[in-house]
Amino acid sequence: MQPFTSHTGIAVPLIRDDINTDEVAPVQAMRDLKPDYKKLLFMRTRMRDDGSENPDFVFNKPQFRNPGILVTGQNFGAGSSREAAVWGMLANNIRVIVAKSFADIYRENCLQNGLLPVVLGPEQADAFIVRVNTANGSAPFTVDLPSQRISGPGGPDISFDMPAADRMRLLEGLDDIGLTLKHKDEAVAWETRMRATQPWLQMALDSRAR
Amino acid sequence: MPGTLFDKIWDAHLVARRADGRELIYIDRHMLHELHAHHAFEQLQKQQRPVRRPDLTFSAQDHTVSTQPGRHDGSFPSGAAFIKAMREGSRRNGIRLFDLDDPEQGISHVIAPELGMVLPGATHAVPDSHASTVGGLGALAFGCGTTEMTHILATQMIAMKRPKSMLIRLEGRLGSHVSAKDVALRIIAEIGSSGARGHVVEYAGSAARAMPIEQRMTLCNLNIEMGGRSGFVGPDEATFQWLAGRPYAPQGAMWDRALAIWRTLKSDDGAKFDTEHTLDCSSLEPQITWGTDPSQVLGISGRVPDPASATDGSRCAAMESALGYMGLQPGMTIAGLPVHRVFIGSCTNSRLPDLQAAADVVRGRHVAQGVVAMVVPGSTTVKRAAEAEGLDRVFRDAGFFWGESGCSMCAGGNGDRGEPGERCVSTTNRNFENRQGPKVRTHLVSPVTAAASAIAGKIADVRQLGGA
Repeated sequence: MQPFTSHTGIAVPLIRDDINTDEVAPVQAMRDLKPDYKKLLFMRTRMRDDGSENPDFVFNKPQFRNPGILVTGQNFGAGSSREAAVWGMLANNIRVIVAKSFADIYRENCLQNGLLPVVLGPEQADAFIVRVNTANGSAPFTVDLPSQRISGPGGPDISFDMPAADRMRLLEGLDDIGLTLKHKDEAVAWETRMRATQPWLQMALDSRAR
Repeated sequence: MPGTLFDKIWDAHLVARRADGRELIYIDRHMLHELHAHHAFEQLQKQQRPVRRPDLTFSAQDHTVSTQPGRHDGSFPSGAAFIKAMREGSRRNGIRLFDLDDPEQGISHVIAPELGMVLPGATHAVPDSHASTVGGLGALAFGCGTTEMTHILATQMIAMKRPKSMLIRLEGRLGSHVSAKDVALRIIAEIGSSGARGHVVEYAGSAARAMPIEQRMTLCNLNIEMGGRSGFVGPDEATFQWLAGRPYAPQGAMWDRALAIWRTLKSDDGAKFDTEHTLDCSSLEPQITWGTDPSQVLGISGRVPDPASATDGSRCAAMESALGYMGLQPGMTIAGLPVHRVFIGSCTNSRLPDLQAAADVVRGRHVAQGVVAMVVPGSTTVKRAAEAEGLDRVFRDAGFFWGESGCSMCAGGNGDRGEPGERCVSTTNRNFENRQGPKVRTHLVSPVTAAASAIAGKIADVRQLGGA
């Protein structure tokens, strides 16, 4: 996984709640084993019915053509578990999402890919949104993980809280599987115990084939 | 200290605590599907890591498969690459695949319980948000992303922080033509689309107990639509009876041993949940979504709400946007809106009793002129059982398309979808914008409400359809 330390970029405001992964990464854009993740991001919202760009969508405004930080509302990433909704962000160099809250599976997918999911409390988030709207793409914000601070135009640094365990994983870009495989012996012991006490959990055989 | 059933299943599957504080939970059954599996197979190959327990892992072809009779890999051209990659990846890793032509092919969430792979008190994972469908059997199931799926393939464990627990008590007796789908939609409306975020939900109470197993699966299926991490109904005698004799379930003496343990799987009296809710279901009428998020729900006799009634600005804006997309005005009655398309199927409502209930409404009637109506069984096993009862004839005689099993129009991953502007009444799980096709307006309902709406050609209260 790509480690995350600090990221500076234009903050694009998409201030709605419950934005779902069907909107972030439409299934119709995933018709290839290797789709164009850059193009797939918000593909439907970006386009009008005739296939031309929707000038009202914030990503299509000149000052937000190359954002580095997405700012949004509550429950971002609801719905389907599709990881393309994270890969689409990274393909567009968006490495931070600042939200009031994230859907569980989406947040996990972020952590797995070095996309920083920052949660701000309601008041803090509203104040930050005002600053992002005021900056309107004219100057970048910086999100720094070691110090857990957001800095940028329009006010003092904002601190956020990333649980220590997740912070460590992101900073070091740890190999998650490697971390787990350190416990291989415990897994083997668990399996051995289960084979003795609840053997049906350790076998999944078609009884008709026996 | 009295414990919840969730605590008990979690603790029984806790293998170790990792250096970063996450807990490693053993996954008893891992089910894959072709839309996401190829990424994971590729990652494993790159990392030169084997699948740790291919014998506890199964593959399903469901998201991209055609529903047309006589289908093959290329019937839906964009699906072919996914189907082939799944076939190759499964073969390479020694995983049993339920392929396109397998007599037991179907939607992963339908076939895993149907074949008895999922067991009470067991853990289950699927790279799909509707994994908790199998909670209907008292299993603890987690939906996950593709990288997590790779992790489970390589380790047979999921690394998580322990979620919180929620109890939802469902009390009262359901009225006629009211089922788990209506109950679930009402819960989501009450709790909100992120109301169960971070929680594992146990559904309890007399109404949950009275639900047949297939309805419990429908209930647990929709758990993610309020953001729940997992959801289940504690197992009981009905669960055990449903599972007995299924091919992958334990048999003989092993079954007896398992049963003795399964009978102990319940939350203790006085167990503490982080959050509790109660819903009285006795006066519940059939429910339907009016908006573009599964929490925007009405009773079938209700009127479209006014955004001015919203408690906060964000909700008001979301309602206004939903009204615009759905082509609705505040105050309209929802029943009577003309319908262009009806879909009965998906992991939410495609099991045999769903089709039986819909067929009972349809029998001797005909789909209204101009309505495209389709039924897609959740598995080839369901399809065969329905055909043995003549349900395919009931649907076909009424003018429904009778398809081969798969996810079909739920997300349109196989090309089945509506046309722009169409109003679609659907037994699926998500009414998100553009999900069933660009600009398609989806209303989520139960199978009987879908059937009644197909017949009436408009959104209909099944209780008022009258005799055939």
